Amino acid sequence: MSDLEKDEVHPKILKALLETESEIIVEDALNNEMILNMGPQHPATHGVLRLLLRLDGETVIACVPDLGYLHRGYEKMAENMTYYEYIPHTDRLDYLSPMANNVAWVMAVEKLAGIEVPKRAKYIRMLIAELARIASHLVAIGSFAMDVGALTIFLWTLREREKILDIWDILCGARFTNSYTRIGGVANDAQPEALAKAKWFVDQFDDNLAECEKLINTNRIFINRVDGVGRISKEDAINIGFTGPNLRACGVEFDLRRATPYLCYDEIDFKIPTYNEGDSLARYFVRADEARESAKIVRQVLLKMPQGEVIANQPKKVLPHKTEIYSKMEELIHDFMIVNFGINPPEGEIYSAIEGSKGELGFYLVSKGDGKPWKCKIRSPSFCNLQALPKLVVGQMISDVVVIIGSIDPIMGEADK
Amino acid sequence: MSLKEIIPQKLKEKFQNTEFEISVYRDELTIKFDQKNILKVCEFLKLEPELEFLLCEDITAVDWAKRKNRFTVVYHLFSLKNNFRLRLKADAAESESSTGEIKWSIDSVTSIWQAANWQEREAYDMYGIYFNNHPDLRRMYMPEEFEYYPLRKDFPLMGIPGSLSLPNK
Repeated sequence: MSDLEKDEVHPKILKALLETESEIIVEDALNNEMILNMGPQHPATHGVLRLLLRLDGETVIACVPDLGYLHRGYEKMAENMTYYEYIPHTDRLDYLSPMANNVAWVMAVEKLAGIEVPKRAKYIRMLIAELARIASHLVAIGSFAMDVGALTIFLWTLREREKILDIWDILCGARFTNSYTRIGGVANDAQPEALAKAKWFVDQFDDNLAECEKLINTNRIFINRVDGVGRISKEDAINIGFTGPNLRACGVEFDLRRATPYLCYDEIDFKIPTYNEGDSLARYFVRADEARESAKIVRQVLLKMPQGEVIANQPKKVLPHKTEIYSKMEELIHDFMIVNFGINPPEGEIYSAIEGSKGELGFYLVSKGDGKPWKCKIRSPSFCNLQALPKLVVGQMISDVVVIIGSIDPIMGEADK
Repeated sequence: MSLKEIIPQKLKEKFQNTEFEISVYRDELTIKFDQKNILKVCEFLKLEPELEFLLCEDITAVDWAKRKNRFTVVYHLFSLKNNFRLRLKADAAESESSTGEIKWSIDSVTSIWQAANWQEREAYDMYGIYFNNHPDLRRMYMPEEFEYYPLRKDFPLMGIPGSLSLPNK
């Protein structure tokens, strides 16, 4: 360890790595510890996550994650722009489910400003949030399987995800960074073609997912590689701040859609899949089951979706439609005021959270009555879930680190903000 | 009686010498109190069998710029048992060193919730608030060499040129 070149690892990180008290007992210990740097440019770290591992042979003794390689200062930027201007930035948080982030942001602003959203807009939001969850879980399952060597399933799940991107394309014109929601509703009504395509998608989805699962669920190589790896108990998982599928894989039936119903989730019938094992395999099973449940929700949403307005009628807070701006005086004034000075929510603070695809995605907003937020804090699920990584990998083999990262499913855009 | 009334009542019974500022805004309960009691109150909220705030969702700080108590630390707790969210607020303690530098600090709650570890590191990184007895208080996102605290209101949006050293190779 004394061979480390100067400045290779920052002394404080090194200190954290070496001072970690570890209770791991290594069989046939080599008593020859090694420090290994993994990432930030590593294909299995799902972005730019850097890990420093202290190893004895192949066993991980301690692990220190080093975040911040994708830190763009979104919280600082939020304090310097209006609530409307921030919508496109939420796309870049969890870039695998941008629609869900859009929904989370506008719901927080609406709570702060006291805007009531029409019912059809709520249903459209539920539709896009659930499609985003399916898309995100498909990538999670595919890349998790790819991390352990099963390449085919990645191509198959991405083929399914492509269909969701096509639906988003019809809905709002963008496949990836959507910015489809607006404060008070959504940008435009959902077209019949988009709804028909969503219907077609969920009808064929169950069979196609089953096909993907067939590849790995009975595959002995896959099961042996992930079963029992990275196990965490129920109490530890809650204590360390797990939310979302990772927590449900530990046997805790906690889902914000059920716990604090938002949008119209209380009108929808769905199950919360839970597993008790708390290992990587259970986390994979939860995601697959959740994708199926989300398809079920989409089916109900399409059946129950009411007709009507998709944007709230509150001229001082909600942007008017473009055609009205060009033809009516009042709308022109409102558009000018909202674009230039913002919507000025009353003084106060709120916290609003939705069940994102990775876990609880929350926004804490403080308003001083200006057009710009005084403070915006993003409670990002990937950040909180990643915190458990050192606990999960200690005592495992170095090749299992890749499996565990894949099973936690962190998105660095969100973890680093 | 709803939890919005039960929690303040229980806190007042348990900590009789402490003042609690209670407010409800947009259906959310906020309790503000002196930072000296943060550990005791948090421990009580977690262990009290009727409340059981087991999940520490979020810890952050707010910079009020020109106010006397400049930084407020904000905690969001969730009770899985009652499906109830609670916000705690406490102003960070100010102390001036002999060189005239002001240091803000508050007790760390890492001993109660492990989840607080990184959240407090992030608040330290962004605002420069010291969390007493934190096991590993390092910067979360910014490099260790960085001397400023980016989310403070006196830090410019464009950053400070030259504050980050670039690789010299």
